[in-house]
Amino acid sequence: MFGHSYPVALDEREAVAVEARPQMRDVIGVSERTTKVGSETPDSAATWVNLMLRIRDQKDETAFVEMFGHFAPRVKAFLMRSGSDAATAEECVQEVMATVWHKAHLFDPSRASVATWVFTIARNKKIDALRKQRRPEPEELTWGPAAEPDQADVIGLQQESEQLGEAIASLPAKQRELIEKAYFGDLSHSEIAEQTGLPLGTIKSRIRLALERLRHAMDQK
Amino acid sequence: MTEINHHLTDELIMGYSAGTLPEAVNLIVATHVSMCDSCRAAVESYDAVGGAVIEQTEKVEVSDACLQGALDLIRNTAWAAPQVAPRAADPVIPAPLLDYVGGSLDDVKWRPVGMGVKQAILATSDEATARLLYIPAGVAVPDHSHEGMELTLVLQGAFQDEDGRFARGDIEIADSDLHHTPIADVSEDCICLAVTDAPLKFKGLLPRLAQPFLKI
Repeated sequence: MFGHSYPVALDEREAVAVEARPQMRDVIGVSERTTKVGSETPDSAATWVNLMLRIRDQKDETAFVEMFGHFAPRVKAFLMRSGSDAATAEECVQEVMATVWHKAHLFDPSRASVATWVFTIARNKKIDALRKQRRPEPEELTWGPAAEPDQADVIGLQQESEQLGEAIASLPAKQRELIEKAYFGDLSHSEIAEQTGLPLGTIKSRIRLALERLRHAMDQK
Repeated sequence: MTEINHHLTDELIMGYSAGTLPEAVNLIVATHVSMCDSCRAAVESYDAVGGAVIEQTEKVEVSDACLQGALDLIRNTAWAAPQVAPRAADPVIPAPLLDYVGGSLDDVKWRPVGMGVKQAILATSDEATARLLYIPAGVAVPDHSHEGMELTLVLQGAFQDEDGRFARGDIEIADSDLHHTPIADVSEDCICLAVTDAPLKFKGLLPRLAQPFLKI
């Protein structure tokens, strides 16, 4: 379970993380709590964004282990509910989490929460490993360091993601199950899209704005 | 970005986000999204639903060996997915489709289907079929029947049918009831990506046997 301690050579890395902390701390108002390895942290979207930034900017393995503790058991559950056996699921989990690490530079916190980013990587792994298909992805809207997103946009999107999560959690059980089935299984999406009344209006406009800013930044290059 | 008037349905967007659509349908969705920021925002919103679902799902315990394996992979820079050299952007064919046509519009292996209309079947999983259609300016595609859904995305030029006018970036979503006779605009030859979600049916034994080889 997450929260159990990982005995894998963490002590030496703790020192690295503490040293690295001052630059990254408070990036979006997260306290130094994030450097405590293997301990429970509140599941706030901002916590995960800061861990992602530590992975991206410092190649911080301590941050990775903390991310793994939270997301690996969820990704494994997602893959198993999508029809994978436990052994295959663990193999995929390793690759999903390693992809999170190696592609950290592509994570855009003004467009997605870390949970969303992990979900998209896990979904692609599912298509690749379980369905044995290629997954055509939209043309990348890449950004350079000059186009780092505005902190207010990041905070806004992360809060919006949390609110969406809360909205889904508070749906009647039947509707929530429909949504889960849509993402885990092969339930028809027509009824779901119509019936669940997902509150996507605000997050959609927020992402739309982030995309517009990105297009604008690209045009100026 | 050109103005796009015909968009994806929520059903397709959710299916694309959930990862439950056939490969050919994923291809046409990804190609449209490459040209349409409003549908891209919608896809990423549904991705956020996926994020919430994964956040709220019951956890399944992961072994220590799994973490160790992941640590080995992150320390192995050679493991990182091979970086595909970025292709030169094509003015007609968006990136996800380029991979399927072999690099550029010039590489498409067209086959004539009559009236100057040409098509090229793209290799995808067989739950659905993707093809490029080339319709000379001013030409009408003969009334064609298909089972299930047909999605048509305009890449160049424009066509008009009973549902309206479709230009670059527009996607027409037709079910099996729609008998349509698309006519290409006279100004320019029209190139479309078309996806049908049921394999085409052929009469007679010989075409059925030939189908896997000819990929028609």
